[in-house]
Amino acid sequence: MSDYNQQMIEKYRGNFLKEVEANVEEGDWVKMCMQCGVCSGSCPLGPHWEHPPQEIFMMIRANKREDILSSSSMWMCTSCYNCIARCPRGLPITHIMHGLATYAKRLGLAPKEQPTAKFAQLFWDNLTKTGRVNELKLGLSLYFMNGFGEGIKTALKMKDVGLGMLKTKRMTPMEMLGGHKCKDVKGLQAMLKKAEELEEARIGKRG
Amino acid sequence: MADMKIGAYICKGCGLGERLDCDELATIAKRDGKAQVVQQHDFLCSEDGVSMIRNDIDNEGVNRVVIAACSRRAKTDAFNFDGEVCVARANLREGVIWIRPDEDEFQETTQEMAADYVRMGCAEVKYQTPPHPAEERGCHEAILVVGGGVSGMTAALEAAKAGYPVHIVEKEAQLGGAVGQMWKDIPMHSPYTDPVEPVTRRLIEEVEANERITVHLSSRLTKTSGAPGRFSADISAESGSTTTENFGAIVMASGATPYDASKLPELGYGKSPDVVDRVEMEKLAIEADGGPIKRPSDGKEVKKVTFIQCAGQRSEKEGHLPYCSGDCCLTSIKQAMYFKDRNPDIETEVLFTDLRTPGAPGEDFYRSGQDKEVTFRKGVVSEVVAGSNGPVVKFKDLILDEDVEEEADLVVLATGMVPNSGVDIELAAGPNVEGEEEEAQTDSEGNAIEIPVESVLNLTYRQGKDLPHLKYGFNDSHFICFPYETRRTGIYASGPVRRPMDTPQAIEDATGAALKAIQALENAKLGRAAHPRSGDLSYPSFRKEGCTQCKRCTVECPFGAIDEDEERYPKFNEARCRRCGTCMGACPVRVISFENYSVDTVGQQIKNCDIPDEFDEKPRFLVLACENDAYPALDMAAMQGNSYSQWARVIPVRCLGSVNTIWITDALNSGYDGVVLMGCKKGDDYQCHFVKGSEMAHYRMSKIDDTLEQLNLEKERVETYEVAITDIERAPKLINDMAETIDKIGMSPFKF
Ligand code: SF4
Ligand code: SF4
Ligand code: SF4
Repeated sequence: MSDYNQQMIEKYRGNFLKEVEANVEEGDWVKMCMQCGVCSGSCPLGPHWEHPPQEIFMMIRANKREDILSSSSMWMCTSCYNCIARCPRGLPITHIMHGLATYAKRLGLAPKEQPTAKFAQLFWDNLTKTGRVNELKLGLSLYFMNGFGEGIKTALKMKDVGLGMLKTKRMTPMEMLGGHKCKDVKGLQAMLKKAEELEEARIGKRG
Repeated sequence: MADMKIGAYICKGCGLGERLDCDELATIAKRDGKAQVVQQHDFLCSEDGVSMIRNDIDNEGVNRVVIAACSRRAKTDAFNFDGEVCVARANLREGVIWIRPDEDEFQETTQEMAADYVRMGCAEVKYQTPPHPAEERGCHEAILVVGGGVSGMTAALEAAKAGYPVHIVEKEAQLGGAVGQMWKDIPMHSPYTDPVEPVTRRLIEEVEANERITVHLSSRLTKTSGAPGRFSADISAESGSTTTENFGAIVMASGATPYDASKLPELGYGKSPDVVDRVEMEKLAIEADGGPIKRPSDGKEVKKVTFIQCAGQRSEKEGHLPYCSGDCCLTSIKQAMYFKDRNPDIETEVLFTDLRTPGAPGEDFYRSGQDKEVTFRKGVVSEVVAGSNGPVVKFKDLILDEDVEEEADLVVLATGMVPNSGVDIELAAGPNVEGEEEEAQTDSEGNAIEIPVESVLNLTYRQGKDLPHLKYGFNDSHFICFPYETRRTGIYASGPVRRPMDTPQAIEDATGAALKAIQALENAKLGRAAHPRSGDLSYPSFRKEGCTQCKRCTVECPFGAIDEDEERYPKFNEARCRRCGTCMGACPVRVISFENYSVDTVGQQIKNCDIPDEFDEKPRFLVLACENDAYPALDMAAMQGNSYSQWARVIPVRCLGSVNTIWITDALNSGYDGVVLMGCKKGDDYQCHFVKGSEMAHYRMSKIDDTLEQLNLEKERVETYEVAITDIERAPKLINDMAETIDKIGMSPFKF
């Protein structure tokens, strides 16, 4: 992973804007930001971000590569689209936030203990196993994400909700045993693997 | 006048017949107004009504017409008997029935109001004579354009295309002005993406090819005298030869000079050869002409360039320009493109605090700069110092809140422009103009900037050599209502000499100024006013025997229309006059008057209003309202169903500046309980049609307290206000305030 990071550093030496344009989804919009601050002011989570979107865009232009890629900021985005609706320059801010997060993860720079990042991984793993989201397992793995003790606590706290869902047949304990899946799990996984290969070839990443 | 015959015409339409006793009004016109012919009509502005009046004029010898109907601002086409007879308008509709509630209890006072306006109308016409055009007529058609830059050349071409001969006087050895020094200019047409050929190259070709245009290079005006239609100018070339030419009008397009960057040592100018200003940047680009741009110190190709916006501008610091020069942000974007368009890998950074890109191309051109990856960083530069490889820029990034030091190969300072507006005659004259004393001082405080002291026009006017300035050394050119109209009739400012602007705006300006110049000289040919009272035939004349040579008129005339003759009497230049009447208001011995507007035409209206005696408990107060803004505001208030006090009697005046204090003292002496004056906004952001009229009036009224003291009257009895045309609610309220004041302090002791 860090090899890849090194490779990118060398490739774009000192020009993070170019790097973002080439590697981040919708990254070529970053230069068009006019620093009005409307996005940061519109974001419901803005006050909790270390660097709100406007600042991130300025940091990119000021070459603050490490600071941004290791930041938890873009992981905070909830995809509410407030900023996109309001940006006078029409930047697809939400997409850029996710693009930056993805790129940071690919480079191995995403913050290790960031809950959104962790959950995203859990979701992916859960989904790709059977081709269907197993909600029971996903829920449990979420509860136990931060250790066994905390998992039990959360599970107990949520037990009434769980029982209610059982009663109304919104959830079945049978899911614990493998659960439902798509018709051709093997085929799906082969497809995903191929996609991953193609993507890696595209970005020139050598594992 | 022996053969004066007054005809009074009372309209019964628009509800006037129902609300008012028109028969009584007719009697009043006859008895008090001494009208020989009095007629009523159901619908006076109809064809039938108008032909009734016309018939009286043609066949009955009526030569003074009083229209007792609607406001003088309504039905102007129908009641237009201009030139033949004098017309007064008794405003019974907007001024009486619409502004007063239709209730029985007010019927009596409403009728009294109407009766007074009829008396006043009759009194007014009695003292008017039909105006005749000035004898002195303009005879020259040529237009003089001062300055051969974008604005000057455009004005010249526009005037030439309209058929007028033009002379351009340019102080440099070539045409082109500031834009002529550029490698490329900001685009003027869509798509606003790339720098374009400066328009000056095409303009110079067209000017040189135009037979109607004569160009005087390396020349200056050493003397300009006369008036619209008959200016005479001495054009002196550097070589020493002088030619004298006659002109009908002048366009002053003398442009602006780049700010002297050597006043910015803190930004490294003068310390490092690789710190240049915007003009030097153009020179580097011209030298490179599309090839790699090299820095001055060692000829190395520039790989990183930093632009510093607002260099020595928008700053209160001593020696800096307090204003924004308007085009420097776009210019820096353009200059950054000089680098990027050749080689996108060159780093170009623009350090700004506010990026301002006005005008049509502005936003698109900014986006194009961003698209080409010019980096824009919001930051305040504290210092530029010499580094080992080039200048080092120290700044605070305002978004990231951190101090940054960056080395560049070249630093470009986005310096401003200083208008070439000639000498500041008001500063030069010092506190000569009493009313402007304070103004001039604050001005000089605000003006830490150095104003070029060389005269541009060298006018022989008594009031000074150049056009008056407004703020920051820019020429005053009524930018709110009448752009290009300066305070010297027949001389029009165009381009960055009147406010900061870029090329497209300077072109637009030039077209407007050329049109104004044509208007002025055409009106001068006919002996009529140029503007804003375009076509007005009357002009001020003075009774020499009464004049004490106090010179107040020559000082207070906002337009420098009055010179001094050999015997030191005022010498009126009709063609320079705007017919505001400020001189008439200023004259302490009241010898200045117009044929149709004089101390008497208003004074007699004041006198002929009926003042009930003390025991009637019916106060009367006078409202003198500027006919351009305050009076229409009151008319509109009436249209919208507002109301004001039944005790008010409103007289429109040409400009508050024309109000002679004698009107106030006469009114108070004859038993009026108060006087309200309404003029336009004064000061740097004035709205006064006549620029200084309202200011003069306010100044005069500030001295009225002494008079009131002598008369033993409370000073609340006279109030002066600035009223805008939009003050539809406020204007009636101000009138009602006076009614309340009188209610509080009691009626005047001067009733008979
Ligand atoms: S709203 Fe758009 S232009 Fe404004 S700061 Fe955010 S991204 Fe930039
Ligand atoms: S979409 Fe994301 S960045 Fe935009 S306002 Fe919502 S949470 Fe904030
Ligand atoms: S003060 Fe007004 S009316 Fe009098 S000369 Fe000057 S411009 Fe004309």
